[in-house]
Amino acid sequence: MNEVTKETYKPTSPNSKLDFASVWEYAPAPESASHAEVKNKYELFIGGKFVKPSSGNYFESTNPANGEVITEFAEASKSDVNKAVKAARKAFEGEWSSISAKERGKYLYRIARMIQERAREFAVLESMDGGKPIRESRDVDIPLVAAHFFYYAGWADKLEYAFPGQKPEAVGVCGQIIPWNFPLLMLAWKIAPALACGNTVVLKPAETTSLTALKFAELVQEAGLPDGVVNIVTGAGETGAEIVNHKDIDKIAFTGSTGVGKLIQRSLAGTDKKFTLELGGKGAMIVFEDAPIDQAVEGIINAIFFNQGHVCCAGSRLLVQEGVADTVMQKLKDRMESLIVGDPLDKNTDVGAINSQGQFETINKYLKIALDEGADVYQSTCNIPENGYFVRPTLLSNVSQSNRVVQEEIFGPVLTIQTFRTADEAIQKANNTPFGLAGGVWTDKGSKIFKVGSGLRSGVVWANTYNKFDPTSPFGGYKESGVGREGGLHGLGAYLKF
Amino acid sequence: MNYPDFSVTVPIDHVAVEERVARLNKRSIKKESKIFALKLALSMMDLTTLEGKDSEGKVIQLCQKAKMPYGPMPDLPTVAAVCVYPTMVRTAKNAVKGTGINVASVATAFPSGMAPLSVRIDDTKYAVDEGADEVDMVISRGAFLSGDFQQVFDEIAAIKEACGPAHLKVILETGELLTYENVRKASDIAMDAGADFIKTSTGKISPAATQPVTLVMLEAIRDYYYKTGKMIGMKPAGGIRTAKQAIQYLVLVKETLGAAWLDKDYFRFGASSLANDVLMQIVKQTTGQYQSPDYFSVD
Repeated sequence: MNEVTKETYKPTSPNSKLDFASVWEYAPAPESASHAEVKNKYELFIGGKFVKPSSGNYFESTNPANGEVITEFAEASKSDVNKAVKAARKAFEGEWSSISAKERGKYLYRIARMIQERAREFAVLESMDGGKPIRESRDVDIPLVAAHFFYYAGWADKLEYAFPGQKPEAVGVCGQIIPWNFPLLMLAWKIAPALACGNTVVLKPAETTSLTALKFAELVQEAGLPDGVVNIVTGAGETGAEIVNHKDIDKIAFTGSTGVGKLIQRSLAGTDKKFTLELGGKGAMIVFEDAPIDQAVEGIINAIFFNQGHVCCAGSRLLVQEGVADTVMQKLKDRMESLIVGDPLDKNTDVGAINSQGQFETINKYLKIALDEGADVYQSTCNIPENGYFVRPTLLSNVSQSNRVVQEEIFGPVLTIQTFRTADEAIQKANNTPFGLAGGVWTDKGSKIFKVGSGLRSGVVWANTYNKFDPTSPFGGYKESGVGREGGLHGLGAYLKF
Repeated sequence: MNYPDFSVTVPIDHVAVEERVARLNKRSIKKESKIFALKLALSMMDLTTLEGKDSEGKVIQLCQKAKMPYGPMPDLPTVAAVCVYPTMVRTAKNAVKGTGINVASVATAFPSGMAPLSVRIDDTKYAVDEGADEVDMVISRGAFLSGDFQQVFDEIAAIKEACGPAHLKVILETGELLTYENVRKASDIAMDAGADFIKTSTGKISPAATQPVTLVMLEAIRDYYYKTGKMIGMKPAGGIRTAKQAIQYLVLVKETLGAAWLDKDYFRFGASSLANDVLMQIVKQTTGQYQSPDYFSVD
């Protein structure tokens, strides 16, 4: 893939090209990993205890930045999932439902505080296991994890006020399946509201990023949460299917690809399980001529290269008004040159490692498709490590709505750029995909933000910024981007029956 | 010279500017890259004394420090320039003769600029005649804020002419311009009118230099470069006291304009107390130990 892109690389700034590489290179500034304890092997967490898998099988977890094996996780089979659901059911019908809502809230506050205390360890492990830059796991992921627990802790004894006139009750046992892009954060999005509402959970982390979930299980033990309230089973898709199809689970919450989401929805048809699905996206960013261009470029960089583009709401399609298209393009290319790609544990790294070999191949497959479709491929010329899975920040121009790279979710550091003339055209193009998760608008004019924002069929619209998250704000998709909402007050409703 | 369209205001999103600065401040500069940055900062310094009580003796001592910042380390770079009032230019010029250190003079009725243009032009010519290599002028903030951009432009152009061969630094006094949009507009006017450098502050008004203001000015310089291919220099001045701050400014320059600007010809620090902290950090990085401030000259 590298050869192909080197051939197509051409410095395209119309006038003057800036040079960011020479003169002063930052020395490596690696975050110490010595304080993070990792066992050789992790068991399943069922009924408050770490138990061996019935099959006796384990699978390896590797560091995508260097290919080294970090640890092994147990593979949960049908009988393990069964055991976990039973433990969750027992806890739901027993101790967890008998304690007061206020006490439930106290457990959540305790968990939130313990996460803050161990923030550094969680951040390092998240970067080692998943490849994301330490700057992001330290400044975004882990603080948001704590914030989610704090936020939902507050709701635990106020559910009646959240839904006045209705009698909110816990749903029961919740099966939760989470993705690999924000491992601990997605766990928090799932577990915090579920517990606040009085449910118990069986959660399956993604097979490439289970480490922080099991570290979280240790924390749950220390917090003294009643046995069986939180159960964590590791494994691949089959384990997930066992959860989805289990008869004694009352609700399924899934975050992941649209393909798997459709499968899940199909298997849930005809059952009385509640479900929420957070699926893929192909977020459009609309930049108008009157936007503050330098700041818009910064927003675009954050929208697509945050977490290597492994973000379901990533801004992966850029729509620029024709009058400023050349300027934006030039500035974007220069800005991409100053991104530092490399060791996720280096504090200066902006773009880390691609999460897995599978995802690395997917991204490269799409780069090949882009070339076949006649796109101009621009990649930053930065150095990337020889080992591990890394992709240079990439910009695809000369593409249109009919191209696969514009329509399909690539889930990598790859941005497409198109132009538009009028606001209506921008809205039309932005909405013209099967997805509808997130979008962004850049303009100096407030009225335009409202006009365009309300025209976008997407769950989130950011104005003059992108990828901002807060536990108080609901999140979720239109169309094939999902069903239901997580976060905020809306997120509570998904874990209650009335 | 470009004749600018004064009706155009470049929109600046202050939230995003400050976010960008906060993000760049997270860069972790260690080991050899830190030593490099510290020495670079030292070489970019305009060692400054601008006080009513300045005397020849004081200026000569400052020049000594400019030439030899720290006796025990004679191989350290000298600073870029000494910055003094016009009446001290000749003294300074003699004191730094043959060292390659420039003498910069504030002029144009510094710091307020509240004098007739003819007086300001004479002030500039006097400084240049006395031997100033660089002139730091102030713009008419009153005219700017009242919307008379033409006057601001014309005055800068007139001073530029009066400078002759001397380099012109245009002080915007950003602490009095109040908004980033104003900073941007003043930067554009100054560059179009012939500034070789744009400079944040006199150091007499608070706030003086800030990083967000500097970023806005660096982005203005970048747009000017894209448009004309001409490199304009940048000088934040006032309020930069620690080596850590200096390194943060250098990161701002490197990641906004790139390597070419990491040079005393295109970037300066206007500061009086910064030098000692930078020297202290250089010693710390070299020896592994902090020295008492008593080991560094107070000049």
